[in-house]
Amino acid sequence: MIRSELIQQIADENPHLYQRDVEKIVNTIFEEITNAMARGDRVELRGFGAFSVKKRDARIGRNPRTGESVHVEEKHVPFFKTGKLLRDRLNGK
Amino acid sequence: MSEKTLTRMDLSEAIFREVGLSRNDSAQIVESVLTRMSDALVAGEQVKISSFGTFSVRDKAARIGRNPKTGEEVPINPRRVLTFRPSHLMKDRVADGNKR
Repeated sequence: MIRSELIQQIADENPHLYQRDVEKIVNTIFEEITNAMARGDRVELRGFGAFSVKKRDARIGRNPRTGESVHVEEKHVPFFKTGKLLRDRLNGK
Repeated sequence: MSEKTLTRMDLSEAIFREVGLSRNDSAQIVESVLTRMSDALVAGEQVKISSFGTFSVRDKAARIGRNPKTGEEVPINPRRVLTFRPSHLMKDRVADGNKR
């Protein structure tokens, strides 16, 4: 499933809405989640999962080709943890 | 910077703000989106949202685990797990936004 297929499914379910509004609605959902994480916030969607930000400490990395040491700065990365309901559904429970 | 937790309600509020759809209808669509994505994943499909990220389902083989406290061996059944791979755009936005 890709973004446009998701939008189409939601549009089919909501014939009273304009396609372009459905597009904007679906985009807003993903945009809002990204914005929250860019602020360092969490997004908890019970049953589906939770998006959060994890801190990766600075470390000494190595260029795998040359073996040269390089300093890698501290950074923050997006993280997703699957919700219990979805995890159970994936396993046929 | 105080860390907040957003929920479905905040997503509905954003839709109300951006599109002007009622909070009720917005909440219903948020739910539909999550359901449609979940259904696709349960059916074994990958869900690829451009410039957001990709959710995929992976099969994990059975293995012998160990209770770290007691050292006791316990069988872990084969299972399906969901992984999320953020897009480059999301990674960059999260890294930049949280830079000190």
